[in-house]
Amino acid sequence: MEKNIIQVEDLSKSFDISSKEPGIKGTVKHFFKRETKSIEVIKNINFQIKKGEIVGFLGANGAGKTTILKMLCGLIYPSAGNLNVTGYLPYKRRHNFLKNITLIMGQKQQLIWDLPPIESFYLNAAIYDIEKYEAKRRIKKLSDMLEIDKELFIPVRKLSLGQRMKAELLASLIHKPNILFLDEPTLGLDINAQRNLRKFLQIYNKETDATICLTSHYMKDITSLCKRVICIHEGCITYDGKLNKLLKKISPLKDILIVCKTDKDAKELSNSGFTIKSRNQKEIIISIKKELIKPSLKEILNKFDIEDLYINEPPVDEIIGNILIKGKV
Amino acid sequence: MNIKKYLKIYSLFLQTSIASELEYKTNIIIDFITAILSLIGSLFLLTIFFQSTDNIGGWKFEQALIIQGIYTILNGITNTWFNPNLTEIVKHIREGTLDFVLLKPLDSQFFISLKKISPSGLLEIILGVALLLYCTGINQININIGFFILCLTTLLCSILILYSLWFLISTTTIWFVKTWNATEVLRSFLYIGRFPLNSFSFSLRIFFSIFIPIAFITTIPSEVFLGLAQLWKILLEIVVSGIFFIVSRRFWLFALRYYTSASS
Repeated sequence: MEKNIIQVEDLSKSFDISSKEPGIKGTVKHFFKRETKSIEVIKNINFQIKKGEIVGFLGANGAGKTTILKMLCGLIYPSAGNLNVTGYLPYKRRHNFLKNITLIMGQKQQLIWDLPPIESFYLNAAIYDIEKYEAKRRIKKLSDMLEIDKELFIPVRKLSLGQRMKAELLASLIHKPNILFLDEPTLGLDINAQRNLRKFLQIYNKETDATICLTSHYMKDITSLCKRVICIHEGCITYDGKLNKLLKKISPLKDILIVCKTDKDAKELSNSGFTIKSRNQKEIIISIKKELIKPSLKEILNKFDIEDLYINEPPVDEIIGNILIKGKV
Repeated sequence: MNIKKYLKIYSLFLQTSIASELEYKTNIIIDFITAILSLIGSLFLLTIFFQSTDNIGGWKFEQALIIQGIYTILNGITNTWFNPNLTEIVKHIREGTLDFVLLKPLDSQFFISLKKISPSGLLEIILGVALLLYCTGINQININIGFFILCLTTLLCSILILYSLWFLISTTTIWFVKTWNATEVLRSFLYIGRFPLNSFSFSLRIFFSIFIPIAFITTIPSEVFLGLAQLWKILLEIVVSGIFFIVSRRFWLFALRYYTSASS
């Protein structure tokens, strides 16, 4: 059994938030007398993460995913509970702890804007006590993996968003961190750039056995990278386990697309008691419980003249979207 | 603290920020011209003040020039280091990029106070030093090593007080989020420091000595320059600067507990 690298017990976090009524009256009132409310954004959560795991944090906007990541990497003090990341209390931000982790945020950047990324890499290398020849070697290796060797000498402001994100990744990984905290790393990237980034993270995880904690609104990021997901709703964990199991649990149905040979067959099939999702002349999509697929297909093939047949999983986005809205699993 | 590592990082800070600034040549030239015009303007103002009298608060024109020289050096240091870095703290906090600073295995105060330099402020420092050298001539001041060390010490203390005050104000951004105005007020107080402390009324003198120690910042180094400073004043400045620096550092470390990081 692998050792737990992250341990979270009864973790809570509250923020003081002031609200303002609309209009001039509200503004004046807000200026002189600010009413603040303490809002508990994370409520007594518990989980453990093992070395080498890739865990996806799922939740609607404002569910508390980023707050959890920021507490794990030591940026925010928890209001209550116990936290242990690689044997350290994150919020103490000991230098040995910081050398083990990295935080990559899709919407914030650390590269020096007017200079080529290579300058930022060498600066980071010096901050992490990496000798110049070793830094050179790591930059070469990572830039080959990320395919940005040509962009290393072009000012950051002239790079595309995708190239910039890759350079951000390189800057954040130059010290070979054991734990990667990724907050929406593919935000705003095109499909190819997203796919490349995911491929890179998979290879990086395999080669270095690094632990990855990821939040993303792109389901493809989660489905292609994370075996395990933690669902957050209003600061509470509603599910923690394998992604496959979650999908099975929430969606016990499969979609079957049937193409009938004649209109008559199609008409009869739609009146034969199956749950019809949609019908387009000879094409019918029916929804069937997974355990009933075999007998139902037998019945359909015996009774009707079928030209073609496809069995599909309902789209993951649709399923996850439903969890995010309901908050229940 | 590993001094060798910090020196290496500082040399990289210098390299990268000078390279960044040099990307915008015209901006640097305009800043250089502004620095020269600003000194000429200040000298012109001083000559107007001394047109009808040869003594303001016990200081002659030649002596008041020393305060102007020290002010120019301090203003140059403000423009070279404090302005590009300390005003950025507000931005770091508002936009949440302080996250990257706090997650580096490096002292965060060192990082945010010295990451950038603006080379155009260096010209002001050179102009200030040149003005002081001119003043040693017209005031017939003997320069020896003791005098030099004393001048440098009081000047460094002044820089430390100014830095600590500015840093203290910027730190409050963690709670108040926007504190541009407060640092602007500090700059105007420094502007007041161009005039001898004795030229103000007693109550203002007390205010500028105790609450906002602008008096220490320019007047004491000037008195040392003229050989007029008493030992207790110099010692007091050293103590005050030490206290201000320690308070600013403690306050920063305390404030970071309340940093909530901008939302994504």
